[in-house]
Amino acid sequence: MSASLALRRPDANAQPPGASGVLRERGQREVFCGLTGIVWLHRKIQDAFFLVVGSRTCAHLIQSAAGVMIFAEPRFATAILEERDLAGMADANAELDRVVGDLLARRPDIRTLFLVGSCPSEVIKLDLSRAAQRLTAQHGPGLRVLSYSGSGIETTFTQGEDACLAALVAECPPEAPDAAPSLLIAGALPDIVEDQFHRLFDALGIGPVAFLPGRRSHALPAIGPQTRVLLAQPFLGDTALRLEDRGARRLAAPFPFGVEGTTAWLEAAALAFGVSPQRFAGAVAPAQQRGRQAVAAHRALLQDRRVFFFPDSQLEPSLARFLHEELGAIPVEVASPYLNRDLVGPELERLPAEVRLVEGQDVERQLDRCRADRPDLAVCGLGLANPLEAQGVATKWSIELVFSPVHGFEQAGDLAALFSRPLARRARLKGLAA
Amino acid sequence: MKLAVWTYEGPPHVGAMRVATALDGVHFVLHAPQGDTYADLLFTMIERRDHRPPVTYTTFQARDLGTDTAEIFKRAAADAVARFAPDALIVGASCTAELIQDDPGGLTRALGLSIPAIPVELPSYQKKEHWGASETFYQVVRKLAAPADGAGADETRTGKAGTKDAAARRPTCNLLGPTALGFRHRDDVTEITRLLESLGVEVAVVAPLGAKAADIARLPDADFNVVLYPEIAETTAAWLERTWRQPAVRTQPLGVAGTRAFIAEVAALCGLDPEPVLAREGSRLPWWSRSVDSNYLTGKRVFVFGEANRAAAVARVAAHEMGFEVVGVGAYNREFAREIRAVAAELGVEPLLTDDYLEVERTIAALQPELVLGTQMERHIAKRLRIGCAVISSPAHVQDYPARYAPQLGFEGANVLFDTWVHPLAMGLEEHLLAMFREDFEFNDAAGLSHLGAAAPAATAPEPAPLASGTTDPASGGRWTPEAEAELAKIPFFVRGKARRNTEAFATARGLALIELDTLYDARSHYARSH
Repeated sequence: MSASLALRRPDANAQPPGASGVLRERGQREVFCGLTGIVWLHRKIQDAFFLVVGSRTCAHLIQSAAGVMIFAEPRFATAILEERDLAGMADANAELDRVVGDLLARRPDIRTLFLVGSCPSEVIKLDLSRAAQRLTAQHGPGLRVLSYSGSGIETTFTQGEDACLAALVAECPPEAPDAAPSLLIAGALPDIVEDQFHRLFDALGIGPVAFLPGRRSHALPAIGPQTRVLLAQPFLGDTALRLEDRGARRLAAPFPFGVEGTTAWLEAAALAFGVSPQRFAGAVAPAQQRGRQAVAAHRALLQDRRVFFFPDSQLEPSLARFLHEELGAIPVEVASPYLNRDLVGPELERLPAEVRLVEGQDVERQLDRCRADRPDLAVCGLGLANPLEAQGVATKWSIELVFSPVHGFEQAGDLAALFSRPLARRARLKGLAA
Repeated sequence: MKLAVWTYEGPPHVGAMRVATALDGVHFVLHAPQGDTYADLLFTMIERRDHRPPVTYTTFQARDLGTDTAEIFKRAAADAVARFAPDALIVGASCTAELIQDDPGGLTRALGLSIPAIPVELPSYQKKEHWGASETFYQVVRKLAAPADGAGADETRTGKAGTKDAAARRPTCNLLGPTALGFRHRDDVTEITRLLESLGVEVAVVAPLGAKAADIARLPDADFNVVLYPEIAETTAAWLERTWRQPAVRTQPLGVAGTRAFIAEVAALCGLDPEPVLAREGSRLPWWSRSVDSNYLTGKRVFVFGEANRAAAVARVAAHEMGFEVVGVGAYNREFAREIRAVAAELGVEPLLTDDYLEVERTIAALQPELVLGTQMERHIAKRLRIGCAVISSPAHVQDYPARYAPQLGFEGANVLFDTWVHPLAMGLEEHLLAMFREDFEFNDAAGLSHLGAAAPAATAPEPAPLASGTTDPASGGRWTPEAEAELAKIPFFVRGKARRNTEAFATARGLALIELDTLYDARSHYARSH
């Protein structure tokens, strides 16, 4: 996490917007920590297990964020620190080795084990990277043990995925010296979306294409100077830096949300791989057309609606751009836990000039602004949704934006529907009007 | 270090939040890192609360450690008091803040607030949610209902309710224990308040649910306390008993017998006549349970698991008021293990005391009950094992916070228990008819149970999938002859899975490699039970 922390500018409470036009706030944050990423990462990487080394709070958080418990024994768990681990009566490393041994005995199918650091494990300075090396030596080569931090003191929500992928990059083999240019898509995507993109790149004649993370943790792509990287998610700053350290070149682009975002994203790859404009237009036209049609169905509900974004996933600038460009909505405030201008610069350029950009959060002040703005729709976390609805503000829970397939042409309509549904529902509930 | 997959209880500060959220006009400042705000969604989503919990999280980050986390706490506390103007402030630390030892209590004293500040110690690495709720409630009451300096309990007590002429006024009591995120606490309070009023007892204060700081201060004015939920209220009730000589009624008014015993205890304590209230047929449960349709409930195998006091009371109702066969009873909170051991001994079953979800799953799979009465965790287990389930205890999910009035306690609560527990089982007459007409071409297996609607899941459901934990090994059951397999298919679908498992277990125990027609019937006779 050092890289992304280093990128952060020093902040103070509620600095007024400076020359950058960004309001920086510090105070209570109403966001998840990076552990939450385990909920979707474990579904994507099908032979990996995520072991949080933390407290009962960590276990309770993941369970609450996941919402339902549909799996008898999911591929994640928490090694809960107890009094004796903290009091030094038990060597925490010996205890961790024991817990991992028990776990592997029950789950011999696991090929990669992630030790995930938490607030308590970091405060007591339990060195999980050393533990990972020790455990790999002990249980390898069939099992690889990696570590990353998902702690709240270091990571906000989606930064957990960034930290996880950064750890995977370190394991990627080097490119062959004579390697041809290849494309790497970084960011966990649902399998169906991954397959759609694969077909589009095939049609464009771009290849080989690899995805990080893939469905199997041991099939890691080779990285080197011939690797071109497209980020599928805007929150992968640390992963991008690690890839660049390995010689890979990142292609700057808006993110593939909505038809326009997806087009621009694919164009960046087409440009890097010398695809002709004619071939590009021919390859993407059918999906583009379907996407535009699907999005248009939601335009009437969202046109000229004022939207207020609470900070959550770092997807906020991209989603605001989509709502503004393709649905005619007016973003009033776009807040993000962290604005990485290197990555979201192309998104910010496409937002209307008068939008209020906010980095960080002081939830009480932000709620004051939201009440004053009276937006038609607020995009916020689950803790705020019902209280805002009770105050008359329609809401979209932001967690659905990372849990559901929303990338690419084929999902553009679904993405629009996530925002229009709360408004459509209000319109239907005529019988409840006071 | 303990490996946990799913947890029944959150950390103790979540218990503290349940109390703070239940109280009115009391704010909680929690020293905690980013991410701990997840707990808000338990209240706003699961319980559908229309307000955020009254909790301010200090949200310190890695770069603050060792520099100014104490300053962050003080600023957050001062801001919260200025913004929310609470009548009292609870302060505490979550698991991470506990490690950095900033002493929220001391820092709050240094602020010199004009309102009472209540520090709570929440040892996250030893204790859990119920303990945190109980401790927070106790500290709030100790602080706000403390005797004046130097006043002995007797003087103080006579200075309050004791001076009034007892005969001239109605007896009063407090209801202790209901919190935010409690299982049906909202409706239980209404039900028990009505019940006490019908006896002539006035409910003075309900706490913590809906109580203001001033209400807590007048807890000692009442004649006695009702311990509605021992997990949360017992420590406080014991303190009020010691300090204010306030007796406590501890009988759980669950089920008809429990409610009647509760009425008798309250009446004896207040010198009231319970007969008029007892004489009214308060609940439909007794007749519903005696009516002939309920014959099919006889000896249904039931497994009970939940919060200790509730699970114990539920097991008694299941056995003595529903006529079920309780095949196991357990709890996830060890603080009240004695209650579970007592009821298990009474019913002649093994007590299960564990917060290991996988162990509960293994036990249920081994016991093969026909109905599980548990928490939302057991609902998931039962769903996988294709066993009916009703939720009787926290932790519960959003569907267990119904819009309708659905108490668990009191006479109406007993009606609710009957309906809720019977619903997952096939209706009596319907079960009988299914057996009678099972060969009929229009009334075959695919028809399913009518009350589950046209898309009855049981009709198309495959056999239960083997558990990941390996309790059911499909290879161990032996091979079936086509004749035995055909006979098995004639058994109604809703008991077929059980018949298969029983027969295979029977064959395995006897070392039979092949299951023949006779094996099926031998097993059936072996497992036949006398009702």
